[in-house]
Amino acid sequence: MNAITASESTAQRILRHAVIPCLAFVLLLVVWDLLARFSGWSRQVFPGPLQVFMSLGELMLNGTLLQHTVASLFRVTAGFYLAVILGLPLGILLGRLRMARALLNPIIQFLRPISPLAWIPLSMLWFGIGDKPAVFLIFLSSFFPLVVSTTITVSAINPVFFQVAANFNFTRWEVITKIVIPAMIPGTITALRISVTIAWLVVVAAEMIAVQSGLGYLILDSRNALRMDYVMNGMIVIGLIGLLLDAIMRRLGRIESAGWYRNG
Amino acid sequence: MGHIVIQNVCQAYRNRRHHTREGDDPAIGYGDCIQVLDNVDLEFADGEMVCILGPSGCGKSTLLRIMAGFEPATGGTVSIDGKQVKRPGSDHIFVFQHNGLLPWMTVWENVGLGLRHMQAPQARAEKISEHIEMVELEGFEHHYPHQLSGGMQRRAELARALAVNPDILIMDEPFSGLDFLTHMKMREEVVNMHEFIGKTTIVVTHDIDDALIMGDRIVVMSERPARVKMNRTLDFSRPRDFQKDPALNKLRSEIFLMLGVAYAV
Repeated sequence: MNAITASESTAQRILRHAVIPCLAFVLLLVVWDLLARFSGWSRQVFPGPLQVFMSLGELMLNGTLLQHTVASLFRVTAGFYLAVILGLPLGILLGRLRMARALLNPIIQFLRPISPLAWIPLSMLWFGIGDKPAVFLIFLSSFFPLVVSTTITVSAINPVFFQVAANFNFTRWEVITKIVIPAMIPGTITALRISVTIAWLVVVAAEMIAVQSGLGYLILDSRNALRMDYVMNGMIVIGLIGLLLDAIMRRLGRIESAGWYRNG
Repeated sequence: MGHIVIQNVCQAYRNRRHHTREGDDPAIGYGDCIQVLDNVDLEFADGEMVCILGPSGCGKSTLLRIMAGFEPATGGTVSIDGKQVKRPGSDHIFVFQHNGLLPWMTVWENVGLGLRHMQAPQARAEKISEHIEMVELEGFEHHYPHQLSGGMQRRAELARALAVNPDILIMDEPFSGLDFLTHMKMREEVVNMHEFIGKTTIVVTHDIDDALIMGDRIVVMSERPARVKMNRTLDFSRPRDFQKDPALNKLRSEIFLMLGVAYAV
């Protein structure tokens, strides 16, 4: 009886995790095809899935797609890492020291709602043409969300843990490494997940200025050449990589050192 | 050693709902302050098991927190062996009501917290496992706190506190939230532990029976602002059973009366 229930639930799990999501994509393709056929727009303006996949193969074979994808991923990685390296320590500082929070929080809250895109003119003047302005924009897009959420996570750590630390004569450094960092892992993983998505959103916009490579550039350049199938190729790859980034971040949440809170 | 002197300890908190007037002295506690402790004077001998009773919200836990060094008193001093308590430290360990274990560390790592600076890893490991055995948690060394029952978590925390060989153990309602049988068993363990190692142990409880069974000394506090209402040494032999010992039973009724509850309803 139990074995039957168990095998059924395995089947159900495959259904839920593989079959149903695939069905959704098939459905999307069908709707796309129907819209392309009956929209009244020309094939050039609204290409159907078959046409797009043909040109996707073409771009994959001649290496253009890989080159652009790598360029985009490089910029996101650089900007995002920079934001993590500077944003997490600042967030810890703000979360721990009320004086630092009083000093810096108004500035952060003032800069935060300014869209990274508003920085385009300045970043081009400051950093010229090339990777630098794009990396700067990506950095800006994930830096502020990371600082703010780290501050909140750190200031919400159960005060009992700090009393335990004081009771066992922890040094300031030990409080950071043995209390603050482990306690902030769950909240930080969520923050990283959200901000990497934002960074990936911004890379496309950043690449529409100042650079000659990347998926954003591919989309802009294809629009200028009126190749909507290439535009859609760029969009598809962006979506797929976004999916992949989220999966990586979720996997990060399952590593052993973050396991304590799962059933806690 | 663990000889504690509490002298004229007062504690008052500013009432956040009102604006404080310039020049208000929080120790005096008029107007915008809530006075929690009012001139508490106590002295505990080394090795004593002290049980502090009082109505809920009276300030018993506040007194404990001042003794632990977690918060400064607005007036008066607490000193251990003649040295004033100014900050927390591993010679006077506070055992929390619940969730005092660090959830990202295993039982082994938690118990080893106070032994971080031991040079010899072998001796350190022996000391950790000795204390884990003492609270009967062998086999759970590599479990995380959330994988343990409530009673096991308390025992692990007790082991962690004892491992640093403190002069004083401060326990804030150590049995609250445990089921009846676990409560009984845990109480027995704390008494045995105390008989065995003889550390000054201060237990805040709301359970009169716990205090009667465990205490070498019982302190009863009044309603807020808390004053010492009764401070008595108990020289009843163990094992204690107030149902068989008329003198103990008499004291029990006395405390019930003092706390303003009718024992027989």
